[in-house]
Amino acid sequence: MIKAVMVINTQGKPRLAKFFEYLPLEKQQELIRNVFGVLCSRPENVSNFVDAESIFGPDSRIVYKHLATLYFIFVFDSSENELAMLDLIQVLVETLDRCFKNVCELDIVFNYSKIHTILDDIICGGQVLETRSTEILRAVEEISKLEAAPNAITLIPKSASGWLSR
Amino acid sequence: MSGPSLMDSLFQRSLEDLIKGLRQQLIGEQAFISKSLEEIRKEIKSTDLSTKSTALLKLSYLSNLHFQDMSFAAFPALEVLSSPRFSHKKIAYHAISLSFHDSTPVLLLITNHLRKDLNSTNEFEVSLSLQCLSRIANVDLARDLTPEVFTLLSSNKLYVRKRAVAVVLRVFEKYPDSVRVCFKRLVENLENSDPQVLSAVVGVFSELACKDPRSYLPLAPEFYKILVDSKNNWISIKVLKIFSKLAPLEPRLAKRVVEPICDLMRNTGAKSLLFECIRTVVTSLSENESAVRLAVGKVREFLEDEDPNLKYLGLQALRIVAEKHLWAVSENKEVVIKSLSDADPNIKIESLRLVMAMVSEHNVSEISRVLVNYAIKSDPVFCNEILGSILSTCSRNLYEIVVDFDWYVSLLGEMSRIPHCQMGDEIENQLIDIGLRVKDVRPELVRVARDLLIDPALLGNSFLHGVLSAAAWASGEYVEFSRNPLELMEALLQPRTSLLPPPIRAIYIQSAFKVLVFCLHTCFMRGKSIAPSASLDNLPAGVSASASYESFDDFSVENGADVAVVHGQTCASAPITKESIVNILNMVELALGPLLGSHDVEVHERARNLLGFVDLTKPEILNSSIHENRDSEGKRVETSKIIKLMHDAFSKELGPVSSSAQGKVSLPDGLVLKENLGDLEMICGDIEPPSSNSFSFGSPYEEEKEGLSFSNLQIRDDNEQSNESTSLLAAHRKRHGLYYLSSGKSEMISNDYPPASDHTLQGDINDNADDLVKLTAESLIPKRKPKHGKPRPVVVKLDEVDEKPVAMKQPESRDDSLSGAVRDVLFGSEDIPPTSSQSNLSNSSKRKGKEKQHTDPHSKESAVGDGNSSSRRRKDRSQGKERRRKSPRKNDEERKDADQKEKKKSSGGRHKSRQRAEEPLKVPAQTPVIPDFLL
Repeated sequence: MIKAVMVINTQGKPRLAKFFEYLPLEKQQELIRNVFGVLCSRPENVSNFVDAESIFGPDSRIVYKHLATLYFIFVFDSSENELAMLDLIQVLVETLDRCFKNVCELDIVFNYSKIHTILDDIICGGQVLETRSTEILRAVEEISKLEAAPNAITLIPKSASGWLSR
Repeated sequence: MSGPSLMDSLFQRSLEDLIKGLRQQLIGEQAFISKSLEEIRKEIKSTDLSTKSTALLKLSYLSNLHFQDMSFAAFPALEVLSSPRFSHKKIAYHAISLSFHDSTPVLLLITNHLRKDLNSTNEFEVSLSLQCLSRIANVDLARDLTPEVFTLLSSNKLYVRKRAVAVVLRVFEKYPDSVRVCFKRLVENLENSDPQVLSAVVGVFSELACKDPRSYLPLAPEFYKILVDSKNNWISIKVLKIFSKLAPLEPRLAKRVVEPICDLMRNTGAKSLLFECIRTVVTSLSENESAVRLAVGKVREFLEDEDPNLKYLGLQALRIVAEKHLWAVSENKEVVIKSLSDADPNIKIESLRLVMAMVSEHNVSEISRVLVNYAIKSDPVFCNEILGSILSTCSRNLYEIVVDFDWYVSLLGEMSRIPHCQMGDEIENQLIDIGLRVKDVRPELVRVARDLLIDPALLGNSFLHGVLSAAAWASGEYVEFSRNPLELMEALLQPRTSLLPPPIRAIYIQSAFKVLVFCLHTCFMRGKSIAPSASLDNLPAGVSASASYESFDDFSVENGADVAVVHGQTCASAPITKESIVNILNMVELALGPLLGSHDVEVHERARNLLGFVDLTKPEILNSSIHENRDSEGKRVETSKIIKLMHDAFSKELGPVSSSAQGKVSLPDGLVLKENLGDLEMICGDIEPPSSNSFSFGSPYEEEKEGLSFSNLQIRDDNEQSNESTSLLAAHRKRHGLYYLSSGKSEMISNDYPPASDHTLQGDINDNADDLVKLTAESLIPKRKPKHGKPRPVVVKLDEVDEKPVAMKQPESRDDSLSGAVRDVLFGSEDIPPTSSQSNLSNSSKRKGKEKQHTDPHSKESAVGDGNSSSRRRKDRSQGKERRRKSPRKNDEERKDADQKEKKKSSGGRHKSRQRAEEPLKVPAQTPVIPDFLL
């Protein structure tokens, strides 16, 4: 399963941090710092994998991608495929790109909630649930509509059919 | 109470304001955060839910990205959660998933909120609460919400259903009894046509199978179907993960899945899937030669790819293959060795491990040479990585692959001089260990030690102190092989030794003691043999000679003559004259005098010992050098006696002491050993005794102090050892018979050792990768011709050491209850404990109905299968199938009956087939029958 997703900028500031198991805040901070320490010392154009056992304990790997000013980092265990995780980073970045039209670090800084919504749509409980960015965007769109609505319950026309089909 | 005023809520900062504010703070960010936190604390008390939720969102942000504590907001989060507005709920759920954990006090208050939202008609609300549950569920939440999750597992909204599937994993983990309720529905979802849901289900099963694969063997047919049918790479990857766990448990299954996996490997265009196929084959199907060949072929493509990721993964795969199929590495050795100079540290380390996997006794010296030259040029981290792997590879199984110990010892010396070397401790252990075990190597060991000791530059490097202490010990212990003891003495007493830490300094002093005694002894013995006045000394030459013989072990008896030769050489190269002895004595007094005030007990004591000895002997030596009269004869006899005594004490050989030697000492009366330490053994049993540590190095000095008791022990030990080692020796002789010579010659041969520096002829090779490849290519060809012109010296082994450390107990499967529950469900054992909750009861009756439904595909599989299954069985099953179809869905009672009957029938069928296979009848859960339907 996936243990954590992080986005850290090249100065080491976290822009997104999601851990799928509860960790105390100090631990989270330490992990992010350690991961950044490893990543920033790596040269460009080398492999995207890092041995994470020293940071996250046994059976953990890191895949990361360095794009512009950001590192996108996935931490996972042996029940995930490394290359598939690399693809998943691509899915995430593509989705962000379509969502914000040429995504840059500022978009991620200012759209805290939306980024989490997108991520929650892709991964739930450490399991990958959705890998098609069109579908993700559609769901995010609907969620935004709901959020904007004054009262969610009354606005759902689908609800009736939902009841019937249950 | 300063409640939030209207103004506060009107002019409340939004999250965006907060972020903007934070970005404007170049310095004092922390102050801004504390100010905002204060605001938030006020706002969160507001009765207005909008104000409250905005405050909560800001707090979540600060907690998530600035690591501010938000535990004080647990209750407000619950309040926001009760809002009817979706946006509020979303904020609350986010805050809760960030901050709640098992010991959050209000955790259980959330149950009803979750239940309400899980029953919501809005799929996004449901998914919010599922998301939250996947993160915070504990035993109670999992138990209380199992019915809701069960319902959602068959929701017709795929968006919800796939989330419910993902949540099940956490629910199972926290509350294993939920398996009895939910498992069937989970299995049903394996036949879902929607790839997203299927992907989620397969993902969950791959997680479950990781923990306890055996329980899921009965589902193999379903997985097989997915493997063959799936067009989705994500799903295929997960199914492969499952099979890589299941295949080792069931050879027939392995045979069955090899073909589809190979097909996938040939046809897929996705690298991720291809890699997963390769990994599955090399980890779990490595018996299948053709599949492994195919996989290794694909690995080669990875290795030759430009993409460093593929290269890295290719090397990893190769390392897995190497365990069983070393040829795969040899075939790709060029790429592997070239990768040593890759820019990527990961790739370098992987290739280093592979290179070490190729090492054998034929090429160990070449490969080590190449690697050491490599290490000199590498960055410190990789340098130590290289050194560490050389050390561990060469010392494996008592230096199994080292034939030429002279070479190895000088390699150790050389390694310790590499500037980045931090492996001092390991080198120290090995130097001493080899000194104790391999007698033939001692002259070279002393030479290496001398080179290390004499170099004042090394004393400043704290990483080398361990190596130096080993060198000092070796040069003292084996001083008889030294070419120039006087020089050694100077090295041991040089002023820069003050840089050493006290314990090592103590070793230096003790070694100096040994060297001094040796010098005096040599000098006196020679004096006697020159002047035929043996009678004056009351010590006939013969006696002294025999004494020195005694002082050596069995082995040394043969070598006695040779030792004398060495002595002769010593005297020739650096004659030990009275003057030089006097010089040395003065030097000792000069160097050690100040140490009498040392605060370190060890140093103090050693220095005191040595100086005391000097005090005893010095006046007499001075005397005898001035006037050679016989007045002091009596005294002189005394001195010689002292010297001889000390010499004998020191020349008692220290053998390796078995780590279990203590066990051979009989327990003194009244000493209670087992009382409290019994528990300790359990803990210690798990700690693998490092091979080189299995001897007590620390004690050589104590040994002399407590000479009596220890030597008794040693004698006992030696006796037993010799009995035990006879068989070992015989075995070794059988194996390495070529290398054994008649024992009488061995010492001569040791003199014929080619100087170790011969090997350094290759030292000047330049290291560019092509040369490496060429060199290794040559050395990798297994040559049978003995390259080393001399036999491998005997390595002293002890029985106990050869025993492999007790294999760690397989950790018992952690979630016994979970797998137990899974087995119960899968094998339909009847003793399901009644569950209290109403819905569980009703579900369990449904579940029983489902039971047979899910074996249904099995029967289909049998038709697809190899066709060996008897037609009668097939008939049974198809009958069952028909009946089930007939049974109307509504009529639960009837259905149950039908199922019950059917179960009897089909189990009868299975029963027969089992009998045919002559398997015990009543082995239900423990040895899952996997079923011939697949195989």
